[in-house]
Amino acid sequence: MDRFLFLTFDGLSTGAVYAAFALALVLIWRAARLVNFAQGAMAVATAYVGYAVVSATGSYWLGLGAAVLAGLALGALVERVLMRFVGHANPLNDVIVALGLVLLIQAVLGIVFGNEYRPAAAPFDTDALSLGGIAAMSPYDLWVLGAVLAVVVLLGLLFTRTPIGLRMRSSAFAPEVSRLLGVNVGRMLTVGWALAAAVGALAGMLVVPTGLGLHPHAMDLVFVVAFTAAVVGGLDSPAGAVVGGLLVGLILSYVTGYLGPDTTPLAILVLLLAVLLVRPGGLFSSVRARHV
Amino acid sequence: MSALLEVEALSSGYGPVPVLREVTLDVPAGTIAAVLGANGAGKTTLLRTLSGLLRPTGGRVRYDGADLRGVPVERLVRRGLAHVPEGRGIVAELTVEENLRLGGLWRRDRADARRAQDEVYQLFEPLARRRRHAGHQLSGGERQMLALGRALIARPKLLLLDEPSLGLAPRVAAQIMALLRRLCDNDGLTVLLVEQNVRSALSVADQGVVMSLGRVVMATPAAQLRDDATLRHAYLGF
Repeated sequence: MDRFLFLTFDGLSTGAVYAAFALALVLIWRAARLVNFAQGAMAVATAYVGYAVVSATGSYWLGLGAAVLAGLALGALVERVLMRFVGHANPLNDVIVALGLVLLIQAVLGIVFGNEYRPAAAPFDTDALSLGGIAAMSPYDLWVLGAVLAVVVLLGLLFTRTPIGLRMRSSAFAPEVSRLLGVNVGRMLTVGWALAAAVGALAGMLVVPTGLGLHPHAMDLVFVVAFTAAVVGGLDSPAGAVVGGLLVGLILSYVTGYLGPDTTPLAILVLLLAVLLVRPGGLFSSVRARHV
Repeated sequence: MSALLEVEALSSGYGPVPVLREVTLDVPAGTIAAVLGANGAGKTTLLRTLSGLLRPTGGRVRYDGADLRGVPVERLVRRGLAHVPEGRGIVAELTVEENLRLGGLWRRDRADARRAQDEVYQLFEPLARRRRHAGHQLSGGERQMLALGRALIARPKLLLLDEPSLGLAPRVAAQIMALLRRLCDNDGLTVLLVEQNVRSALSVADQGVVMSLGRVVMATPAAQLRDDATLRHAYLGF
């Protein structure tokens, strides 16, 4: 029972990171109808920026802010100078260009920072606190959960309560009608990419201290898991991304805990396959009538 | 006084296929021009070219004294030109209220945008009852009311309307036509109306423009098309 509780808490905190990362994928999917396969590499690049600022200033919070700002800038840049010019008629075009971007980013990071693991310190204690004799969550886990929850709430408010959120939603659903109503749809797409990359940057900063450290490939496996989480929840649903992230985090935690870490990558693929076979639209997909 | 909208030898099309061939027409301020013609005559293409969704291959458009060439679509509504496209004029995933808010987002005069929204709810009372419903839950008539109401929030000078009575009950269609006439007479609105329903369009229009195979074959006072059976039969087939 103790072990089960421990694995549950562990699964929730890693799941929160997957949730944030899946959310970043969903943001771009909703805005541009493409899966950003470069999300992981972009997040690593911004994490390098973040930890460079941390080691220069000694402040984790300045580094976190720098990473998020770098995410905003990188997302906008990728959309403006690259993705805008890709023909979206064939979805494969987006995938190939994004994979090319992954190679480019990882090569540049390797040249600039080297291909070895660099230590990345956590701002809080990562040792689990005991709750009545049971190892529960570490202060760092609580920070991760809190930060992801805050991002989810803030994004929800942004999309439902602000004029720019309304513009972004309408641009995604009906670009032509939105233009006729005075919405600059191209700009909304840039904003969507910037937001998604900023969320990805935050997820990167949160996940790096829990692994081996900073490395150009540090997010490769995280990306695969987060992609699975987004598919589990349904690529169209922000709520689905969060639930999917937590669910995948829990499942992987149980599998790793009870069956051993060797089975983890297999479990991800089995889960992805099962969802695609049984409910390809994801758990939160809704079938709706569109158009008149 | 010159017309609010002057179209001169306008051509456009999709790719290499020309659809509009040197269309010329004038719409004076405060009047309704009904564009009539069979399917494929180029009526919808005309509206899409006027609002900038399609780039013209030739000719020019003067609106409110200025050339519209190179003005991006999203700027036109700020100049008082509103286009309600055919069928899918609303954002089905957003609520009625959100659709209407969207129509006034660009306006600096927030107070008047809100006032305009209240006016739309008074004008189209079914919408007021369904504020929180998503667009895809509305009936065809309600969707058309929403699309039209949302365009009115911009307080446009020129309204481009594509098939507003398509799929509507005759009574609802007649109400919408009567509303257009009232807006022209009372508020000086100018309307370019594309309609399949010739009788209902001619009942409110000042001018009838008949198109065929991408050309304007006749532009004449609507009353003449309404009353002259030979003319109507020759050009409109009934």
